[in-house]
Amino acid sequence: MDSMLSLEKVTHYFGGLKAVSNFNLELPDGALYGLIGPNGAGKTTIFNLITGIYTPTEGSIKLMNESIIRKKPYQIVHMGIARTFQNLRIFGSLSVLDNIRISRHYTVGKSKHTGNRKHKESSDLVQTNLFDSFFRTRNYLKAERQITDEAIDLLKLIKLDDVMHEQAKSLPYGKLRKLEIARALATHPSVLLLDEPAAGMNPAEIGELMDLIHFIRDNFKITILLIEHHMKVVMGICEYIKVIDFGETIAEGKPVEVANNPRVIEAYLGKEEGKCS
Amino acid sequence: MGKKIFFISRRMLLFVAGALGMLLLVLFFNATGIFTDYIVQIINISLINVILAVSLNLINGFTGQFSIGHMGFAAVGAYTSATVTTLIAKVTPRLPYTEFININGYIVFILALLLGGIVAAGIGFLIGFPSLRLKGDYLAIITLGFGEIIRTIFNNIDYVGGPRGLLGIPKFSNLIMIFVITLLSVIAIRNLVFSTHGRALLSIRENELASELVGVNTVRYKITAFTIGAFFAGIAGGLQAHLLQIAHPTQYGFLYSILVLIMVYAGGMGSITGSIIAAFALTFLSEGLRTALPGLGDLMHVKIGDEWRMVVYSLLLIIIMLFRTEVLMGMREMKLLVPEEEEHHGQHA
Repeated sequence: MDSMLSLEKVTHYFGGLKAVSNFNLELPDGALYGLIGPNGAGKTTIFNLITGIYTPTEGSIKLMNESIIRKKPYQIVHMGIARTFQNLRIFGSLSVLDNIRISRHYTVGKSKHTGNRKHKESSDLVQTNLFDSFFRTRNYLKAERQITDEAIDLLKLIKLDDVMHEQAKSLPYGKLRKLEIARALATHPSVLLLDEPAAGMNPAEIGELMDLIHFIRDNFKITILLIEHHMKVVMGICEYIKVIDFGETIAEGKPVEVANNPRVIEAYLGKEEGKCS
Repeated sequence: MGKKIFFISRRMLLFVAGALGMLLLVLFFNATGIFTDYIVQIINISLINVILAVSLNLINGFTGQFSIGHMGFAAVGAYTSATVTTLIAKVTPRLPYTEFININGYIVFILALLLGGIVAAGIGFLIGFPSLRLKGDYLAIITLGFGEIIRTIFNNIDYVGGPRGLLGIPKFSNLIMIFVITLLSVIAIRNLVFSTHGRALLSIRENELASELVGVNTVRYKITAFTIGAFFAGIAGGLQAHLLQIAHPTQYGFLYSILVLIMVYAGGMGSITGSIIAAFALTFLSEGLRTALPGLGDLMHVKIGDEWRMVVYSLLLIIIMLFRTEVLMGMREMKLLVPEEEEHHGQHA
């Protein structure tokens, strides 16, 4: 199995506007790909299509050769695709730990799911339902403990365990970004989509973030696709880059090739001169 | 992890013991005449309001939906259970012409109460569906409309008395009965809230899209919240009908729904403790003003009629809201309601 996630001829219209046009992507298992392009190029739309928020007008999206089109977003998460958001969507008034524990919630109630190839322990999770939680049965408490332990382990790994009992919205911005990545990881994904993870970060935080992304890929053996504006991040960590503008792929290849591609330079310079608002 | 006695943790046992202690105290004061039957009746109504407020909190405070037709569910529960006990089974709390307790009657009552809850839950399930498409103010209008529809339907069904109301309902609800059912309802909702399912509900309130994208089936959970909330409202309605011995369409109007909503907000959205305190405080405040206002008037040698009660009551509410935006409990919980193993983990402490 070489292709983890594949998009074929994906096209999406918003009314008459072609937001994504004939987009193809083959994401090999364990890859770290970047998706770049000027503002309004359709990057986030592609993420929304993969995660089921939008249904593509045309084309196919497959995760491990299984179509995910017309699946509900939460079902796609269960299948193994997790994401973060460009503008943070943290469960602000909940604790950091609860933010993580919510991601593990869905494994309660099903003893096995497809997204946990790499995490054996989650397949042993005990089945519980509403009835169990009303009566706090032995099984239920066991499952709850397991969720909590796993969440704490993950927070330790990501080095957020020192703030795990804090209210999430009280964290500094850099840690919130980290928390969102951790929350996505807690769903035990096969593919992780990062939407501008470095947005709003200072240079020190960006360095940390790049380390973190490498760490995640190597430790969790996850395939990563990321959208980013910081060229330092994209050029620094991505193995392969796809550049889109106005919903169309204008270039792709290794970071060095893309950086010297005249069409890419034009697209970016055009933006600076105010070609698109 | 605390020691367990069956399913009950030591802390929960303490909570139950504390509540039972208060019940015994009330019974003792009532027997010695310190608490009049009038005060006991206010306590009864407060306890029923606790169920209503806590169950509405599940929908509004924990899941972040905006339902303002809660008494509609209570009406369904009240009319359903009262129809069973009064019109179909025709049971009474005591055996005819004796002082013996009619055990069969009580069994019928409990079953009728449950049936009322289940029918209300069914309606709640249906009302849950608009919540999938609508949010905030729009959902509020839908639930408001629903509450009025229910009320008007009962107003027009002659079998249950129509505009006269359903009269002669046997008085099955008493302090002990209401207390036990309120306690069980509070514990059930507390257990749900402090569980993985409860966290799923909270995540919908916090950010629905993010919730869906960490794998929460938001559709299912929103409907679940409405269904469970409606179930307990139905139970509360049944208890109330068998306490006041009447089910009348005007009892379940918009004003009462708003009153329950105020209890949820004043107590703190997402705090069970807050709802309990607010239900008692506002019920006692509303009743207390009945005697306090004329008394105050006498002191100042002016006549303050009962019609000023709602003015003062509403004014006090405004003051509460203005000076305590965090309201009574914010999102905190009293320690006895927090499971031991959750103590440090959640924000509920």
